[in-house]
Amino acid sequence: MSRFLEVAHVTKRFRGLTAVDDVSFGLDKGAIYAIIGPNGAGKTTLFNLLAGVYAPDAGSIAFEGKPIAGLAPEKICQAGIARTFQIVRPFPGLSVLENAKIGALLRHRDPLDAEQAAGETLRRLDLWDKRRQLAASLTLPDRKRLEMARALATEPKLLLLDEVMAGLRPTETDRIVSILKALAAESGLTVLLIEHVMRAVMALAERILVLHHGAAIAEGEPATVVRDPLVLECYLGAEALE
Amino acid sequence: MSVFAALNGRAKLLLTLFVLGLAAAPLAADRYLVSVLILIFYFAYLGQAWNIMMGFAGQLSLGHSLYVGLGAYIAAALWTKFGIGPWAGMFAGMAIAMAFGAAIGWLGFRFGIAGVYFALLTIAFAEFTRIAFDHMDWTGRAGGLFLPVRAEQAGQWWNLRGGPLLFYYLALALMLGALWLCAALRASRLGHYWLAVREDEAAARALGIDAFAVKMQAVLISSAMAAIGGTFYAFYYNNLFPAQIFDMSRSIEMILAPIVGGLGTLFGPILGAFILTPLGEGLIAATEEAGLSAPGTKAVFYGLALMAIVWVAPSGVWPWLRRKLGLETP
Repeated sequence: MSRFLEVAHVTKRFRGLTAVDDVSFGLDKGAIYAIIGPNGAGKTTLFNLLAGVYAPDAGSIAFEGKPIAGLAPEKICQAGIARTFQIVRPFPGLSVLENAKIGALLRHRDPLDAEQAAGETLRRLDLWDKRRQLAASLTLPDRKRLEMARALATEPKLLLLDEVMAGLRPTETDRIVSILKALAAESGLTVLLIEHVMRAVMALAERILVLHHGAAIAEGEPATVVRDPLVLECYLGAEALE
Repeated sequence: MSVFAALNGRAKLLLTLFVLGLAAAPLAADRYLVSVLILIFYFAYLGQAWNIMMGFAGQLSLGHSLYVGLGAYIAAALWTKFGIGPWAGMFAGMAIAMAFGAAIGWLGFRFGIAGVYFALLTIAFAEFTRIAFDHMDWTGRAGGLFLPVRAEQAGQWWNLRGGPLLFYYLALALMLGALWLCAALRASRLGHYWLAVREDEAAARALGIDAFAVKMQAVLISSAMAAIGGTFYAFYYNNLFPAQIFDMSRSIEMILAPIVGGLGTLFGPILGAFILTPLGEGLIAATEEAGLSAPGTKAVFYGLALMAIVWVAPSGVWPWLRRKLGLETP
């Protein structure tokens, strides 16, 4: 039986640079999976391959048994994979509620239904009180959660989170961690996250993939991966063990 | 009607008074005032059409005179050459304008020609169509196409032959119909998708929105509406010249009302037309009164007034006025 998400030998080159080099991994339904690695390791490129921004030069990506590599971003989202952007991109001139509503319109064609569904999502992410505000007026932690709310409003089966905790204070990080844990527990949502904040990764991820110079150098359970000598050398440094 | 129901009490009252006032206006207004109001309604209507492209979907068209001109020329030519009435002619004009809109949209959106480059593409299409009409014998070349005004056809309102009152109510219906259509579109799924594409196309696509398809729908609806305006223009003025109707200055004229009134707002194009058209007409009268016959005087004053308005209310007059009048929905 094929896995929920199966990435096999995926490679992406930009001119001479191999940003993602023969990476393979798989995800089961309901899992929380993290991709870590130093800056420039190819994490966001790998994400963009999954989200349909780029087509891989080699390798295959299958979601629920169907090949999705090279599909347009909107087709990927329609298939049930939603993503956030590392640099948040809320619709600045629209209200928080309209932002979420636009996401919800994918599965709720009637605008009134969509508004209701969007409201539910905003409540989950503690944004309901700010629903009338323009997205442009939100603080960074709020914008990060709005980015998640909008993606979740499309009711994905798989959520791709690109550094949603970056730049947040530990209390904010913990808030997002608890929201994600609750979502995964209640709705069986599968989450794939790119993250630098090891505190969040250790709290959330069931498995970790470590990228370095575009290649996967380790994969496994968090406790094992963070003790891997190669990972320590390339990325985490000895202090990660503290 | 659900669009009307969504307004707050004061907005419902003001909108009703506005519509009733305009419906009754010809009782009190003289011929000149009626002609100015017709012009206001016409520009408000075209402003709504353009606003769908730019204000909603975020695609800058500087060639909307193309669609107006096609709607005007096709309906007028079918009428003068074959006696085909303006209603059928209007649909023919819409179809051809939409075909041009589809061609421009496909080229622009398929090949990622965006922003000012897309605007250049729209100008190019309008310009080469103008040049083509300048040389087409069938439509009278640069010398113009004239719709005969015959005594025996007077009062044939179904053929758009009639006096100022006919055109007054027709223009009013166009303006109000466009307002209703835009309000319904704005509240629809498509309307939300337009705003998403306008705000951030990559983010919109990541939410499952087929940006190409929704932009195509914007250009199709907008070009069809502009073509209807063109048919109205042809039968109101009874003469068409390629150098006038397809000219780029016409495209610019069309976009001023929505910009001054408020881009992407529903009432902005109407308010903008109510500010700019009387201003333009008033300046003509004032400069004549003052004996300033220097050509371009009006344009200079008009430009200065425009700069002043944009300086004071950069996001348009309507968002400011709406706040002042307390029409914001809670």
